[in-house]
Parts: sequence; structure tokens; C-alpha cells
Amino acid sequence: MPQDITIFITDRNGVKHEVLAPTDMNMNIMELIRSYELAEEGTVGVCGGMAMCASCQCYVLNDVISLERNPDEEAMLWEAYHVKDNSRLGCQIHITEDLEGLELEIAPEQ
Amino acid sequence: MIQTDILIIGAGPTGLFAVFEAGLLQLKCHIIDALPQPGGQLAELYPKKPIFDIPGYPSVLAGDLVTNLMEQIKQFQPGFTLGETAETIEKLEDGTFIVTTNEGTKHQAKAIAIAGGLGTFEPRKPILKDIEFYEKEDRGVDYFVKDPEKYRGKNIVIAGGGDSALDWSIFLSNVANSVTLVHRRNEFRGALDSVEKVQELKNAEKIKLVTPAEVVGFNGSERITAVDIEVNGARMKVECDYFIPLFGLTPKLGPIANWGLEIEKNAIKVNNALDYQTNIDGIYAIGDVNIYPGKLKLILCGFHEATLMCQSVYNRINPGKRYVLKYTTVSGVDGFDGTRKEAEKAVVKSID
Repeated sequence: MPQDITIFITDRNGVKHEVLAPTDMNMNIMELIRSYELAEEGTVGVCGGMAMCASCQCYVLNDVISLERNPDEEAMLWEAYHVKDNSRLGCQIHITEDLEGLELEIAPEQ
Repeated sequence: MIQTDILIIGAGPTGLFAVFEAGLLQLKCHIIDALPQPGGQLAELYPKKPIFDIPGYPSVLAGDLVTNLMEQIKQFQPGFTLGETAETIEKLEDGTFIVTTNEGTKHQAKAIAIAGGLGTFEPRKPILKDIEFYEKEDRGVDYFVKDPEKYRGKNIVIAGGGDSALDWSIFLSNVANSVTLVHRRNEFRGALDSVEKVQELKNAEKIKLVTPAEVVGFNGSERITAVDIEVNGARMKVECDYFIPLFGLTPKLGPIANWGLEIEKNAIKVNNALDYQTNIDGIYAIGDVNIYPGKLKLILCGFHEATLMCQSVYNRINPGKRYVLKYTTVSGVDGFDGTRKEAEKAVVKSID
């Protein structure tokens, strides 16, 4: 039985949430944010997860995951606003058991 | 004034399919869309990507689904107002509506179906001094290619690194006098055949590539005569008649948000127990733009919602008039253009 993991997400109002994420539902961080409604619907995951809008941009706050971006993600972040060195696109972070304890902050709206 | 039975706002898959279901009920449709071509997100965001959850299609490219829908609704002769945004709505005493676009085009309809998806796609504009001046009255900055003929024999500068920048550079290289493509990186992100084609055209000197570079300023007192481009800290001036920045589009609910409709979570609340009507009698919302308990933003759900909406509009326009649902296989499809599609009759014949 796959274990749910705990992820810490700070929303756009600065409120920190501790959420449980399933690891067996082929979910990503953008979808996790939407499922807990941590950002207003319509302001996150606009393109549906194709790395084409940057509305799910997050800042990675600890070293649970690498900051390495895939090529699609990198190309989108070249053109996005509010990009920092620790920016990733939530839709490109697949939820696995390795993400236990990950801390993120949702970037401002594009 | 354009007159129709159902005025559909949004030419995405849901809006297009509504034309078909309306046509079966003898209702005429007209569609308004802010983008210059039909298809909505499918045409604008991901035309070359496959969709796997359209019933009956194990896989279909988004662009092909739009082409097929256009073919499917052809005989019902929908009207289109493209490249304009529905801005204001007025309800007349006789229950009809007048919708006016940002360019002043007026439409009168017996019912309104908002199929606006994520909203109006607004171009992401580069932050440049005086850009507001040059984007008006054909002074040289365009965010969409509405009519390619306008660029015939002209000098064009396109900025951007995605599919639309690549595809329009390819297309306009055959129309314009010159095409210069400016991008912040050396790498482009698009369909492989588009990237390869641009490489080919660059080698053939039909497209001039300037990378890694950025347009940083404009020249010209009445309209654009040249743009300033910064390449590796150095400045260069490129003479041009048009500058087309293609940095993607952001959806906004737009002026519809001020129509007095009940909005929840950036979507329009509808009655899903019955007919997808909004809080305003005669205005419906279908597809991704609406919300109700259990809502799923799927194309296939949009098709269903469009179908029920059309039945409701039929009853609204023809109160008390009898109608029973018919199967197209049985009754065929009679187009407003005089065409008829029907199933081939079975033969009744003895076999010796």
C-alpha cells in the first residue's frame, strides 16, 4: 500500500499549509495545489499542465528535490515573470515518495 | 446588425459543437471569438498535441479535432465574428439580447451561450516604452496575425521562442519582403518540424535570426520605421514596417465578468440540473467557463452541456411546440445550405 507523503506549501497570502499527497495517483504539485484549493481556481494550472503558462510556478524552499528543470520547463521559465533561481513549475514536479517533507512557496500570479 | 437565434461566445470545441446540435433543431448560430481563428485553446495553445479522451478517437490532434468540428457544422452555416471581444450585453423588452464587441459590431440573438473556456486570450505584452502608442491604429505593433496579406512585401520583425513565433515566421517568409526573428535564447521550443523548417529558411536566408537578443525600443514618429535590438549588450537597428511580439497569451474572464452573472471560482454558475442556464434568463454558459457541483473541465462534458443547452433554447424560442429527439442515423442531417446527409438505405432483396 503506497504511503501518502507530507508536503508544506506556502500560499500566495503567505499562509503555510501542511498537506497530505497521494503517491499512487500520477499527480504533480500543480494538481496537489488545485486539489487543496491553495490558490484561487483559474489562477493556477491554467494550461492544464503542459508547461505553457507558468501559473503554477513555485519556489523550492528546501533541498528535498533538485532545482534542475526539464527543457520544456526551462523554456517556459525564460519567458515568465517573478522567476528566481529556485523557481520550478509545479506541473513538472511529479509526486513520488522521495518528495516527503518538501517545502514550497507558490509564486505570485503571472 | 447581425441577427441569429443563438449567439455563441467562444469558438472552442464546445461552442463549435453547439452549432451542430442547434442546427438539428433548426436554430441558427453566430460565434464571436477574440482570437483570429476558430478552435480556442486547441488552435492557439496546442494544435499539434494529441488528445486521448475524446470518445471514439483513441488519439486526435487538437488541430484536427477543430478541423473536424468545422467540417461537421459546415452545413449549418454558422456566422463568425473573429478577432473581436464581446464587450457589452443589453436585454431588450422582447427578451432578445444585443451584444456589442470591442470594435462596435452588434449582434442580436434570442439566446446567448457563453462558451468562453478559460476566458478571452489576451496577448502577453513586452514591457517597452511607447508600445501603447505603436499598437494603435496600425502604427506597426501587432499581437496577432489576423490577415497575412497585410504583410505582403513588408519588412517584419517577430519576437518570441515558441510555436506561434516559429510558425508565423515560416508563413510570413513567403509573404513579406523580409522576416527577422528575435529571441532571448538560442534555443527555440516548438514542434520539431517547425524548428527544422526555420533552420532551413535561415540557411536559405529567407529568415534572419537574431539571438540571444531582445527588442528594446522603437523608431518612427508617426508609425514604426525600425526597432532597436540588443544583442549581447550591443545595439543594432533593424528597419521594419511591423513588429509582432508573440510571447503567449493569458486567459482573462474579461468583460463578461461585468454582465451581472453569478461568478464562483472565476467561472460562471449554472443550473446543471436542467439546462446550464445562468442566473440571467436566456443566458447560458457551457464548457470550461461554467461551474456547478461536480464540474469537470473536459471537452466531452462541454459537448453534453452544449446539447442540453440547445434543447432548452428550442423550448424557449418555440414555447409549447412539440418536438422529440431524433437520431441522426434515422433522420439524417438537413443543412441550411440545402445539403442532406443520410444513411444508405438497406436493400430488401431475396438471396437465391
